[in-house]
Amino acid sequence: MHKIDYSSAPLLTVEGLKQYFRISRTFTVKAVDDVSFKIWPGETYGLVGESGSGKSTIGRSVIRLYDPTAGKIVFNGMDISGKMSHSTEGNLRVQMQMIFQDPMASLNPRKTIGDIIGEGLDIHHTYKTRAEREEAIKNILLKVGLSPEHATRYPHQFSGGQRQRVGIARALIMNPKLIIADECISALDVSIQAQVINLMKDIQDETGTAYLFIAHDLSMVKYISDRIGVLHLGHLLETGTTEEIFSHPVHPYTKSLLSAIPEPNPIVEKKRVAESYDYKTSGIHYEDGTSHLVEGTHYVKCTDEEFKKWV
Amino acid sequence: MSDSNDKILEIRDLDITFKTTAGPVHAIRGINVDLKRGETVAIVGESGSGKSVTMRAAMGILAKNAVVNRGSIIFRYHHQDGSEAEVDILSKDKKWIRSHINGKRMAMVFQDPMTSLDPTMQIGRQIMEDMIWHYKTPKEEARKRAIELLTEVGIEEPEKRMKEYPHQLSGGMRQRVVIAIALACNPDLLICDEPTTALDVTIQAKIIELIRRIQKERGISVIYITHDLGVVAKVADYVNVMYAGRIVEKGTINEIYYDPRHPYTWGLLSAMPDLDTNDERLYTIPGSPPNLLHEKAGDAFAPRNKFALEIDDKADPPMFQISTTHFAATWLLDPRAPKVEMPAELRAKILRMKHEAGLDDTPAPEERATGIATDADVREEGSAAGAVTAADGKASGNTSGEVSEGVKADSAAETKAADSAKSGEGGSADTGNSGAAGAAENEEGESHA
Ligand SMILES: Nc1ncnc2c1ncn2[C@@H]1O[C@H](COP(=O)(O)OP(=O)(O)OP(=O)(O)O)[C@@H](O)[C@H]1O
Ligand SMILES: Nc1ncnc2c1ncn2[C@@H]1O[C@H](COP(=O)(O)OP(=O)(O)OP(=O)(O)O)[C@@H](O)[C@H]1O
Ligand SMILES: Nc1ncnc2c1ncn2[C@@H]1O[C@H](COP(=O)(O)OP(=O)(O)OP(=O)(O)O)[C@@H](O)[C@H]1O
Ligand SMILES: [Mg+2]
Ligand SMILES: [Mg+2]
Ligand SMILES: [Mg+2]
Repeated sequence: MHKIDYSSAPLLTVEGLKQYFRISRTFTVKAVDDVSFKIWPGETYGLVGESGSGKSTIGRSVIRLYDPTAGKIVFNGMDISGKMSHSTEGNLRVQMQMIFQDPMASLNPRKTIGDIIGEGLDIHHTYKTRAEREEAIKNILLKVGLSPEHATRYPHQFSGGQRQRVGIARALIMNPKLIIADECISALDVSIQAQVINLMKDIQDETGTAYLFIAHDLSMVKYISDRIGVLHLGHLLETGTTEEIFSHPVHPYTKSLLSAIPEPNPIVEKKRVAESYDYKTSGIHYEDGTSHLVEGTHYVKCTDEEFKKWV
Repeated sequence: MSDSNDKILEIRDLDITFKTTAGPVHAIRGINVDLKRGETVAIVGESGSGKSVTMRAAMGILAKNAVVNRGSIIFRYHHQDGSEAEVDILSKDKKWIRSHINGKRMAMVFQDPMTSLDPTMQIGRQIMEDMIWHYKTPKEEARKRAIELLTEVGIEEPEKRMKEYPHQLSGGMRQRVVIAIALACNPDLLICDEPTTALDVTIQAKIIELIRRIQKERGISVIYITHDLGVVAKVADYVNVMYAGRIVEKGTINEIYYDPRHPYTWGLLSAMPDLDTNDERLYTIPGSPPNLLHEKAGDAFAPRNKFALEIDDKADPPMFQISTTHFAATWLLDPRAPKVEMPAELRAKILRMKHEAGLDDTPAPEERATGIATDADVREEGSAAGAVTAADGKASGNTSGEVSEGVKADSAAETKAADSAKSGEGGSADTGNSGAAGAAENEEGESHA
């Protein structure tokens, strides 16, 4: 299995990232509020948290689909947080790829699957002959469990899970250094989820690519991630190795999240009540928290008093 | 509420083909689904197995290139005056279904929320739309109800969110808006296609709780299409397992989870990641789903099934009955088949599950089930014919002379299933759970397909 060299320079450094959306004069959504984390080459960083907590927004800000409201993003030694030079942007578009959450919305309905997957190759001229291009597309289709015949079909002619594999193929074909995988397996059934996760691990072993793995399914996140970040209401509340988070969760939100994982055991599951967590009545104010070291690489965002109480 | 025999939905022998430039895709191959009032049925199965197409057919919203070859979809409901009505959805046109059924009595939460939301319309209006259209609800009342629904699906500051457009919402929020739209008209049947896949566990729990509460209050029926076996465990009364356009196993939730019989169901249950295990690789069902463009004779799952018998290449298995509620379409249940046990890892996993559930004292599955082949039957040629015809109607067609040959225990054990079937008899079937074995099988399965 792959080893990560944590003494080397990180591949991605995100510092104090803020991404606000102004909806109207009186309503601004603070989708991401002062978030910092790092990802090392070949590492898988899992980002988990409630729906609407800002996971996709972080992914989209990092790959610069948005202009960050504040904060610094350094990728592969390049500062990509402000206005980028032509070559920096070109580099970013090849070295960082994203697999989107909503497969239908991210695939052009008028293009064949082959052309969707080959688009990156076309833009960045990464092949010499037509045959080489077709071969690359064919190989990647097989790799994600589709068949070469699918290349001539259109997105609407696929099932939900098949479409998602097209999105994965499109990202993989570029051989990027970092793949932002936004809920890339949640539309897949368990067996294919497992296939895709195994595939992602193989590709990581083969190419040393890193993943920012955004997901809500904690059992899969646990399985694939080296480290995990827990996000709620735009704040990164807790981060650490998978072992640290799963064995010693500190933040009450993390605890409630872990307690809600449904188990595939009908009699147990029908009786179970998950720990509830309500921010409004919790007495916790995320803005007041600062990063506290629990141990090793395990940090929690809270006040000094909360830290004393929880740890 | 109506009596317990009251079926709200009855799908019979549904068979659908899609016309594509590459040729016909036989996506649904003779499906039966039953749903009683107030109950929840889950449909699980591999991506592309036909779950969404089946339910789109029930909603009368099949794609234009779909051809219904056979079947009926009976939906029973009540008019506003309380009188009963019964329709075959397949005999009605889209316009009639739209004004009498869709959104009003039968509502669907789609898998891909963006496809069912109008990107140019504020979400508040989208929730109010059907109430105004179907029931002429006054605007102010519809608005109130919409805000109430948004609150119920866990969206904060609903008044402000009402004015937002779909692209301004997170994936899970969109999905919850679609759920709110589906609930707006108080349908009798709610079809949820992957309703919680984009939702984190806490909100998922909240949505499930909400649907359950509505179900209790109003006795509505729910069909859940989902890949998440944890969610199925929580919500379902009955489970239908689909593979390549057929239902291959159906039963009560407990029968499917604690006593699965179809090798595909074994694979599904084996592939669930276990929070307590730290395996380097996850178990995957070897190979890939069949290409429905190239139909072949026999059981569609055979090329990926290490337990496949010779007959699986020749004839599709009929539904064998295991209990009054439990059925599975696998030749392994034929009395003449060699006795094959589920993989040892899965057996251990199920034992653990049963232990946690406090089911330790229940007899082993073999003894509990009725009508299932026992060790003795398997070797006894004499009882064979009777048992095959005892299975449902389709069986008789399949049991031609040639076919019966293939089920014989001796021929089967020597062929494809050789290793696994034998070790199965010894009680230590290998699941191929280890990384290397899983990968190797993968290769093999693909060359079959
Ligand atoms: N383009 C946008 N315009 C306005 N608001 C937005 C936009 N994108 C996201 N938001 C808001 O930012 C917040 C965070 O959304 P985001 O999509 O990052 O959540 P998420 O954690 O990915 O949730 P989910 O698990 O549901 O996908 C939400 O309140 C959302 O409404
Ligand atoms: N309009 C269409 N034209 C051609 N083939 C189609 C069409 N719609 C669906 N199919 C095919 O029918 C099969 C069943 O698709 P369906 O969407 O029901 O799968 P599913 O079980 O819902 O899968 P998933 O879990 O991935 O959503 C697939 O092989 C799919 O490619
Ligand atoms: N599909 C039908 N088949 C037979 N009778 C019908 C049907 N639809 C309506 N009716 C008759 O017309 C009467 C008026 O229907 P009414 O408009 O109250 O029903 P509804 O609850 O609005 O349902 P719908 O959506 O079908 O109009 C009913 O009492 C019923 O006898
Ligand atoms: Mg998201
Ligand atoms: Mg589907
Ligand atoms: Mg009427």
